[in-house]
Amino acid sequence: MYAYDEIDRTLVNERVSEFRDQVKRRLSGELTEDEFKILRLQNGVYLQLHAYMFRVAIPYGTLASNQLRALAHVARKYDRGYGHFTTRQNIQFNWIKLAELPDALADLAEVGIHAMQTSGNNMRNVTSDQWTGVAPGEIEDPRIWSELIRQHTTLHPEFSFLPRKFKIAITASDHDRAAIKIHDIGLKLIKNEKGETGFEVLVGGGLGRTPFIGKTIKHFVHGRDILSYIEAILRVYNQYGRRDNIYKARIKILVHELGIEKFSREVEDEWQHIRNSSLQIDDEVIEDIRSRFTYPAYEKLPHMPDELRQAAADPGFEAWRKNSVAPHKVQGYSIVTVSLKPIGAPPGDATAEQMDALADLADKYSFGEIRVGHEQNLALPHVAKRDLPALWKALNRLGLATPNVNLITDIIACPGLDYCSLANARSIPIAQELTRRFSNHELANLIGRLHINISGCINACGHHHVGHIGILGVEKNGEEVYQITIGGRADESAALGNLIGPGVKFDEVADVIEDVVEAYLALRERPEELFIDTVKRLGVEPFKERVYATR
Amino acid sequence: MPLVNGGKIADDSFVKLAVDTPLPEGGDILVPAERFLGDADALLKRGGKVGVIWPNNRDIAELVPYLGRIAAVALVFPTFRDGRAYSQARLLRERYDYRGELRATGQVLRDQFVFMLRAGFDCFEVKKQADAEAFMQTAKRYSVFYQPTGDGRITALHRRMQLRHSEGVGT
Repeated sequence: MYAYDEIDRTLVNERVSEFRDQVKRRLSGELTEDEFKILRLQNGVYLQLHAYMFRVAIPYGTLASNQLRALAHVARKYDRGYGHFTTRQNIQFNWIKLAELPDALADLAEVGIHAMQTSGNNMRNVTSDQWTGVAPGEIEDPRIWSELIRQHTTLHPEFSFLPRKFKIAITASDHDRAAIKIHDIGLKLIKNEKGETGFEVLVGGGLGRTPFIGKTIKHFVHGRDILSYIEAILRVYNQYGRRDNIYKARIKILVHELGIEKFSREVEDEWQHIRNSSLQIDDEVIEDIRSRFTYPAYEKLPHMPDELRQAAADPGFEAWRKNSVAPHKVQGYSIVTVSLKPIGAPPGDATAEQMDALADLADKYSFGEIRVGHEQNLALPHVAKRDLPALWKALNRLGLATPNVNLITDIIACPGLDYCSLANARSIPIAQELTRRFSNHELANLIGRLHINISGCINACGHHHVGHIGILGVEKNGEEVYQITIGGRADESAALGNLIGPGVKFDEVADVIEDVVEAYLALRERPEELFIDTVKRLGVEPFKERVYATR
Repeated sequence: MPLVNGGKIADDSFVKLAVDTPLPEGGDILVPAERFLGDADALLKRGGKVGVIWPNNRDIAELVPYLGRIAAVALVFPTFRDGRAYSQARLLRERYDYRGELRATGQVLRDQFVFMLRAGFDCFEVKKQADAEAFMQTAKRYSVFYQPTGDGRITALHRRMQLRHSEGVGT
């Protein structure tokens, strides 16, 4: 975990007092709503259908137990006792009062949490693989770089009023869990032939109305140059990104309109001017940031402890272990994913009690650390294998051990029309119904890995384009209609899904999805062939034929 | 509209000319970019200072040949949500070494003062009287800055290095 120093603390406190003053001026009428709107957005405050919504950043998905307790405290004191984890390593509170927001921010600042730039046309929360620092085979721990970029992008004097929002994601693994190809900038940490650390830089990915998979703009940018290179991209975008049409304002449109070659030349020209400036990072700076991360003191533990051997006899435990427990880089330890997808409940929600209890479990079993992933689940990143049975029991009591990680009921969904003022259709009730249809664990297991993503409007917060099955709610003649795509994916082989047929009504969505799954089970070559691979092999047609034959 | 110059509310010595306003005999003038570029030599020859109002969608590099001879550059924020002039300001200060007056015009509000100062602005046509009066106080809102810019404010990374070294000396 990164620990704030006095400098970081000071900045967050200064931000809180600035926002307190802004809220005061809004409440007194000194600031118009038009003027205030941008200021509140830059502090993560939206006006939704029923109330203000407050989005808090969890930079690169890392949380300390005291920070999770602070989030629970905010849920309890200022909201209705729960929070919603999003697809970008944020947590949202849906019922906050404007006048109380400065206090909520001040409470969070005490534990080094802020809500800066979680919305607005600026550089958003830097996201990363939720398994950084613990996943086997990682090239290097990218959190140091994530933190460096977090600091550099915070209250940036030049890029706080961009044409549109700007999202950066980082991974250091071959298997991309951070969805870097659907970000404005995607960074893949790599080593060059001299063994020096740097990044493959992707640009122009994004979903929404006009989805694009990011393109490689430079195959290797040395670590010491990464800030100047990012700055060059941003400077080109700030000056030339479109501001005439909100739907054409993201960098992906600029990259598309100029073409990646011309865009990269513009960036290169700009970069040559600034790469040898004070933006260059020397090793000492990196070491300083590294020194403020704490690393667990792992014990020497056996690969297969007795506790685990004994628990294997319990089918409930085994079902959970198979889906929720992943290998750790240190022998004797595991990464445990904590499912926030119980059957019949909104995906990604956690109550204050669950957050508090999980913070206690993190202290007991995971060196006080919790991670947040873009799939809207949490993780305990350093669990000794001998503790897995005890942890499972504890999680089960809290309703946090649904054995469905990566299965069909592990659904990603945006808040949709139940909360969001942009939405055209409901998302959560669709997710709830689908989890009920596939609640039988044997059936879900038989289907295997399958990601369903649901968005309640074209803005695509539920990343429907990159779901193995994507569901997009739109409004047609005053009715909710859902378009269904298959074949999308958000990992290193990122692809956009293809429509399988005409949109269907709210009541029919779950039936159609059941038919899609049935078609897959009939079409797959062998049980190990995943849904996404069957779609890749056969294309959309055979699915379309089977699903729409009787409709 | 109050003008803040050098941190204080001040009188504006410049008169703004439109594209077709007759040229006044003497005195300081702010001229739109197009008019300036069309007649730069004549404008610069007359008595009184000349400044240029530069739109935020025109390449600031075009102004570079004149930077040594003009007294002010006025950049434009058509709305405070349009941040192009921040890049222009930094380029003027940091790449082209412009040292004259750099003026923020348009929808200039209190909550952007710090960003503008950091980008190199030193003169502000402030929309609201109350914001102009609060200038000095607002400029001091932040004491920590993560990014290096040409304004010389010391960055967090730098300050940490200094702390490290001073600790190193002590031990």
